Amino acid sequence: MQRKFHSEQPESFEFSDGNLAWARKQLEKYPDGRQAAAIIPLLWRAQKQEGWLTRPAVEYVADMLGLAHIRAYEVASFYFMFQLRPVGSKAHIQICGTTCCMICGAEDLIDLCRRKISPKPHQVSPCGRFSWEEVECLGACANAPMVQIGSDYYEDLSPDDLSNIVDEFGRGRFPAPGSRRGRYSSEPEGGPTSLAVDNQKRPALAPAVALAMRTTNGGGES
Amino acid sequence: MLSDKDRIFTNLYGFEDCSLAGAHKRGHWDGTAELMARGRNWIIDQVKASGLRGRGGAGFPTGLKWSFMPRKSDGRPHYLVVNADESEPGTCKDREIMRHEPHTLVEGSLLAGFAMGAEVGYIYIRGEFIRERQLLQKAIDEAYDAGLLGDNAASSGWRFDLYLHHGAGAYICGEETALLESLEGKKGMPRMKPPFPAAIGLWGCPTTVNNVESIAVVPTILRRGAEWFAGLGSKNNTGTKIFAISGHVNSPCVVEEEMAIPLRELIDRHCGGVRGGWSNLKAVIPGGASVPLLPRHICDNALMEFTWLSDNGSGLGTAAVIVMDESTDVIKAIWRLSKFYKHESCGQCTPCREGTGWMMRVMDRLVRGEADVAEIDMLHDVSKQVEGHTICALGDAAAWPIQGLIRHFRHEMEERIASCNRQANRMAA
Repeated sequence: MQRKFHSEQPESFEFSDGNLAWARKQLEKYPDGRQAAAIIPLLWRAQKQEGWLTRPAVEYVADMLGLAHIRAYEVASFYFMFQLRPVGSKAHIQICGTTCCMICGAEDLIDLCRRKISPKPHQVSPCGRFSWEEVECLGACANAPMVQIGSDYYEDLSPDDLSNIVDEFGRGRFPAPGSRRGRYSSEPEGGPTSLAVDNQKRPALAPAVALAMRTTNGGGES
Repeated sequence: MLSDKDRIFTNLYGFEDCSLAGAHKRGHWDGTAELMARGRNWIIDQVKASGLRGRGGAGFPTGLKWSFMPRKSDGRPHYLVVNADESEPGTCKDREIMRHEPHTLVEGSLLAGFAMGAEVGYIYIRGEFIRERQLLQKAIDEAYDAGLLGDNAASSGWRFDLYLHHGAGAYICGEETALLESLEGKKGMPRMKPPFPAAIGLWGCPTTVNNVESIAVVPTILRRGAEWFAGLGSKNNTGTKIFAISGHVNSPCVVEEEMAIPLRELIDRHCGGVRGGWSNLKAVIPGGASVPLLPRHICDNALMEFTWLSDNGSGLGTAAVIVMDESTDVIKAIWRLSKFYKHESCGQCTPCREGTGWMMRVMDRLVRGEADVAEIDMLHDVSKQVEGHTICALGDAAAWPIQGLIRHFRHEMEERIASCNRQANRMAA
């Protein structure tokens, strides 16, 4: 759990031109005078731009929304997806450790990350490319155990599966997200017990996987 | 078993085209304007008559909730807010709607918004669901492009704007007033009720917060008729329900079934049975992390509905079934839930902030057996002091799994302590 800003901070932060235009567009979703509502999406976009959430970025977003800095600090430290310190440059692995995943083997995934990446969560590996943490329920319980990396869910994992996924990221590739036990999405393994369709007719990849593969290296944030 | 023709979510697994064209083919967005032409009261009456109870966990009648919105605006806008902050451990049903059946939710939002006099709706999706967010946004964009949202939405004469907003990882934001705080750009800390959101909600305006599944079933209820929906399930537990079954079954899955289906039938038919057979079952958490677990002898006859489960000391919750076989360390399984609630407590109320940490630490020792038998009663007592003494239900949710554990597995906790003591004595000797 991270509640404090990292000890080393960059000098400044600015949205890229593309992100700035995107951020201004977000403000249109809310009534006049209620632009503070956009703070979470804007902080998230800042984190996507930098890789982690820096103090200058939090202050920049607060200024953009006309908020006292403390209001933005509060938000940045309250929500767990905000990474207040640097993460691995290639992949930050978020392992769901809550009961459904735990009883299906999440502890083995955590052990693997301890051995393969770093002994402690939020600690960047010596090569600088990887980091990991245990997170609370990610809402993919019928595909347990699973991890989130970037925008994507990797599901039905064995430790070997996760090891291979980490290696793929290390080689600069983007492994396909989704089930590692051959499931399309959350239907029963071996085939659906309802809504059977001709396998020839369905698209090769499930919508979320296809979307991930279409966007560059799992990016394409919106 | 529910037949495919009675399923609302006919593309639950994403096997078919998820776009607007595909949704049209499956019968969505069919005659939406005609449904709206029958008026707000008709929609609310139909939803009431269908017996639909909220699918987010509490099971409050949806039509009744809508009727709490002011009949006429006093100048303040009305808001519909869809709770897509699906985070209850075990629950992964709304995710399938948002990524594979997004148009049921978009159309449902228009109908629900119209019924409560809201011209604006927000869908608050949990931050981790990034692909789901992108796929749902695509559906919203398609609906705008086709004139189904915006001015004169779906040629109904009603203006309706629908916006997608996301969080950033905080279970508490699934509580409706915490969600509103978060949507306003603040920390997700629940508000005192009353006033209820229908009087003072988002930005102080009348607001109704509904779960994704509650909204997504509405178009089909209106099209097929309240009687059809009410004819499925049992009295006070009508309709179809999306179940998510996880843990020690042969093939975990998400599936839409008829409400009140026997638990055993659900597991045997759709999940290939319990791992090692029904006799290898130890316990089931039938409705997501917040409800007490049930041991096998109660599971034998369990019906997956609000009434039966609450009569038998548990609850339907979000219908997230967590199955544990005999190999499970059930004390540790519940300890992990205690850790979850400790992690997710927002810290606003003292009994919850301090109590969840205290309960987790005692549970931690109970997992190892390093405790006194009297501490089991003390733990139960503390859980009772947390329950009902907080602004929101997170305190209750943290207390109930522990109370369920003590109720049904006290013998196992005592044995663990005894065996730990025996070992300590041997070491000393």
